[in-house]
Amino acid sequence: MVSAPATPTPTPSEDTDASPRLGSRRLQDVVIAIEAMNKWYGAFHVLRDISLQVHRGERIVLCGPSGSGKSTLIRCINRLEEHQSGRIVVDGVELTNDVRHVEQIRREVGMVFQHFNLFPHLTVLENCVLAPIWVRKEPRRVAEERAMRLLERVKIPEQASKYPGQLSGGQQQRVAIARSLCMQPKIMLFDEPTSALDPEMIKEVLDTMISLAEEGMTMVCVTHEMGFAKTVADRVIFMDQGQIVEENDPHTFFTNPVNDRTRLFLSQILHH
Amino acid sequence: MAVFEAKPALPPPVLTRGPVGWARQNLLSSPLNVGLTLVGVVLIVALVVPAVDWALLNATFRGTTADACTGTGACWPFVTTRLDFFVYGFYPPPERWRVNVLFALLALVIVPQLLPRFPGRRALAVFGFLGLPVLAAVLLLGGIAGLPFVETGKWGGLMLTLVLAMVGILAALPVGVVLALGRRSKMVVVRVSCTTFIEFWRGVPLISVLFMASVMLPLFLPEGVNFDKLLRALIGIIMFQSAYMAEVVRGGLQAIPRGQFEAAHALGLGYWRTMGLIILPQALKLVIPGIVNTFIALFKDTTLVLIIGLLDVLGSVQAAIVDPAWNRVAVEGYVFAGLCYWVFCFGMSRYSHALERKLQTGHKR
Repeated sequence: MVSAPATPTPTPSEDTDASPRLGSRRLQDVVIAIEAMNKWYGAFHVLRDISLQVHRGERIVLCGPSGSGKSTLIRCINRLEEHQSGRIVVDGVELTNDVRHVEQIRREVGMVFQHFNLFPHLTVLENCVLAPIWVRKEPRRVAEERAMRLLERVKIPEQASKYPGQLSGGQQQRVAIARSLCMQPKIMLFDEPTSALDPEMIKEVLDTMISLAEEGMTMVCVTHEMGFAKTVADRVIFMDQGQIVEENDPHTFFTNPVNDRTRLFLSQILHH
Repeated sequence: MAVFEAKPALPPPVLTRGPVGWARQNLLSSPLNVGLTLVGVVLIVALVVPAVDWALLNATFRGTTADACTGTGACWPFVTTRLDFFVYGFYPPPERWRVNVLFALLALVIVPQLLPRFPGRRALAVFGFLGLPVLAAVLLLGGIAGLPFVETGKWGGLMLTLVLAMVGILAALPVGVVLALGRRSKMVVVRVSCTTFIEFWRGVPLISVLFMASVMLPLFLPEGVNFDKLLRALIGIIMFQSAYMAEVVRGGLQAIPRGQFEAAHALGLGYWRTMGLIILPQALKLVIPGIVNTFIALFKDTTLVLIIGLLDVLGSVQAAIVDPAWNRVAVEGYVFAGLCYWVFCFGMSRYSHALERKLQTGHKR
């Protein structure tokens, strides 16, 4: 099992060219390894023979038409969905039916949802300290100090004592990001974090995600924000009908896509 | 050059504000409303005036026998002379202070719950849930600590009603929550047994449950084994009401969006913490009206213990009515019993409204 410090290992930020960096990584740098994974919803084969490796500090953007299985794929990584065949190893722990493995992985993997899923009966601060106190058994004072630091980072410390229902969508999503970060995860999963937001609020959430990426967080994002993919991603993965169709660095992906299906998708979302 | 001068503020028209404005807007806004208002006034006069006449103006308040009631109104001495019986039943008079102590403790726990900023309110609530039932049992039953033993057969009146209702309420909620969680469990054995339990108890009338508990059960028990009639009635009430409570709580659980479970799981919370910290607080808040509805129904259903010979408030009133020394006094007794129930049920209703307002935290997703 890979033991890593609680804070994400910083990656050199000047290193923007993805391919040589990936090539120079050693094997134990792989934090998510998915091998020949398949999933069915009843008789419907929703994920087909997925193999994917994510390295520490890497930023992956998953895109594809709706129903292509991209959300299902990242929800398999923290076992919100169960896969039926193949292997998923996260941070050295294999996802099996063993509840302890699942809980161990969920402690290290943060997730941000399309619909925020904040707990409406708790204040912003209580939302943030709940898991550190009950799962990590931290003293309340320590958890609250970190929560306030992170709320400052997402630029809403003044909302700490409000309830989620009193915040705007963008503010709620930033709270959701802070809530995940409070568990000091090694990996962050983003499931269409800006899809439910009004246009003028998308930027504040993307800015938060970009600053997180700049600090070296390992990120897997399902998003339709191609601008974000271009500036932040190390790799862009295109999925269709439950398969990984194409996988490349953002420059090549956007300027010279190999697959016809990718070309069609890009022309649909970029030209209108 | 013209100089601007503000016009002085005028008082608003008298007919749009205050009581006159309110009456115009709410009572007299259209010909139909004028008509309805008139009908209402006539009804009120026709019903309330005779009621007040009977209950207060023409009523007899003093006296100790039926002969004192000479007026045309209510004969309240019937209630006042038997008040002790209506409150304590056959509880031995020298020991009635124990019941009074319990009433005081009950007030001590309940009243602070109505005052939002009372210090130690939560500690008192925890005591009310965990300590008070045990203390009440010791106090009322006795047999230890120098208190003479008082068998439950002698309990009665308002005190019995409160014992049945409080024990029923305190037990039915937690049992109902567990049953509701069980019915939604992924484990087949747990789910099937909870569903069977709920459907069985919801399918039989309470009166037959009590009757079975009191009459049939002893026939099946071996010779010499006999447990308390009140305890049997209590268990029957708890089983019955917790099945209803379970369905109310399940309604709340189903209203919680899946995203709440997913967010809790994604943060690493296990099943019990997800339920205890995230799902149940929201679900129970949603169904406060249903929970209190069940509580009120439970409170009033305690009158059914009459059928197995336990004398609660209503039972003791009915027992007193047959006294030949007092004739034509049935109504006074029933009015008294009705008032007792109404005070408690209305209190619960108001408390639930206050609780809903207090727990309101903005919009729900």
